[in-house]
Amino acid sequence: MTSKSDERHFELSINGNRHRVTDSYPGESLLTVLRDRLGLTGSKGACEEGECGSCSVLLDGNLVCSCLVLAASVTNCSVVTVEGLGGSTDVQTAFVESGAIQCGFCSPGLIMAATNLLERTPEPTVDEIREGLAGNLCRCTGYGRIIDAVQVVVQQRKNGRS
Amino acid sequence: MPVAHPRSIGELTELLDEESHTVLLAGGTDFMVGLNHGSTRLAPDDLIVDLRLVAELSTVEVDYQQQVLRLGAGVRWDDLLTAPIAEIAPCLSQAARTVGSHQIRTAGTIGGNLATASPAGDGVCALVALDATLVLTSSRGQRTVAVSEFAIAPKKNVLERDEFIERVDIPITEGWQGYSKIGTRNAMVISVAGVAVVLSSESNTCRIALGSVGPTVILSTEASQFAGTTINWEIASITSADLETVVEMTRASATPIDDHRSTAAYRKHAVGVLTKRLIEQGLTTLRKSL
Ligand SMILES: Cc1cc2nc3c(=O)[nH]c(=O)nc-3n(C[C@H](O)[C@H](O)[C@H](O)COP(=O)(O)OP(=O)(O)OC[C@H]3O[C@@H](n4cnc5c(N)ncnc54)[C@H](O)[C@@H]3O)c2cc1C
Ligand code: FES
Ligand code: FES
Repeated sequence: MTSKSDERHFELSINGNRHRVTDSYPGESLLTVLRDRLGLTGSKGACEEGECGSCSVLLDGNLVCSCLVLAASVTNCSVVTVEGLGGSTDVQTAFVESGAIQCGFCSPGLIMAATNLLERTPEPTVDEIREGLAGNLCRCTGYGRIIDAVQVVVQQRKNGRS
Repeated sequence: MPVAHPRSIGELTELLDEESHTVLLAGGTDFMVGLNHGSTRLAPDDLIVDLRLVAELSTVEVDYQQQVLRLGAGVRWDDLLTAPIAEIAPCLSQAARTVGSHQIRTAGTIGGNLATASPAGDGVCALVALDATLVLTSSRGQRTVAVSEFAIAPKKNVLERDEFIERVDIPITEGWQGYSKIGTRNAMVISVAGVAVVLSSESNTCRIALGSVGPTVILSTEASQFAGTTINWEIASITSADLETVVEMTRASATPIDDHRSTAAYRKHAVGVLTKRLIEQGLTTLRKSL
């Protein structure tokens, strides 16, 4: 039967935990709920129109812009935010060590995008990295070091396996 | 203002019949932008109908007997990039590859692209050239509408209040097809001009569709017919004078405007260049397989 969820009071599954959301206003995005209702401020917001990628999260394993997800519609999905990665995955460490982070505003989104890219394509070419990360804007780094960071992870994982 | 999650076409049809204030939500990539920026507003008695769990809407069916590829409206851009769609309808795959970013392609659907009725819809342009048909469903039954007749103005389509796009039927044809678009960068752009060309070597016909050069995607009928009759299909060739006429006819069918993305003059120029390139590329490929 068609199930219905309440727009204002609902539960979300985020990073493996159930979170109760109360008094959400109608039409609120997942990004707003994460940041303003649940205090999970890792995901950033800049454009709220899908252009910058700073709000990227995984929704049932798929990379999406949380600003384009209606929060009340994903009560039956699993959400992973940058907080869910912990703080020291190989991707996160490579970003820090490669100088891929300057102001850091774009980093949570880029780290989610890079993590997801390497799951889909474990050994991407430079073009595949550029295409995979095209939905994430960075005002500071000029992207070169971000691409370096992804390549460092690829190399480390290859070395680790051999 | 709750959110309903129907799980089948039956449940969806019933819901749209019973409730009078419904708003359909697929991938949200058009809908949420409007909501976030306030250009779309929800009324307190609106019921949001989430289409993502409607099983039939995400099906892909290849029917070689009827020579048709059936795509549920909820099929996402990302799904269009792979087999069997990439093999049967390559121009639709090429269009999908140019849409937004990976984030947009994992969420956005072909049904949403059609319903949004933007003249810049990349999927729409490919589907018009492919001569695809939509199946629109409501409690009153089903009806079919050609994709080229579905959008009637920017953001306006022929859907009734209780109707939804169930699927799109794409004829399977032999030959060559391609999609090209021009924008200000290589990724994440709404097209300044887009062209899809389908050359059917079984029926010896050509279909040219133009995006972003009119209030809706345009089927360039005269240019398509002229190309179909002047291409020498036996040797997959067209004289340069005839190709120039096709290009001029394509430009003549475009009715672009100046806006923040580009000028009308540039757009008219661009659809001609893209059409010429696509037809040349298509015929060269067809000649190799003669
Ligand atoms: C950053 C960004 C980049 C983009 N780039 C491109 C691009 O390059 N090319 C392009 O063409 N588009 C682009 N888009 C627009 C958008 O992604 C597409 O139009 C997408 O296909 C919309 O699908 P959706 O599933 O997200 O629709 P939604 O946003 O969920 O819905 C859009 C509209 O369609 C209606 N609708 C959805 N499904 C149905 C159905 N089955 N029956 C009836 N009505 C329905 C909804 O009610 C709503 O009015 C971009 C958007 C963003 C945010
Ligand atoms: S805030 Fe979501 S893409 Fe910019
Ligand atoms: S590090 Fe500042 S925006 Fe990327």
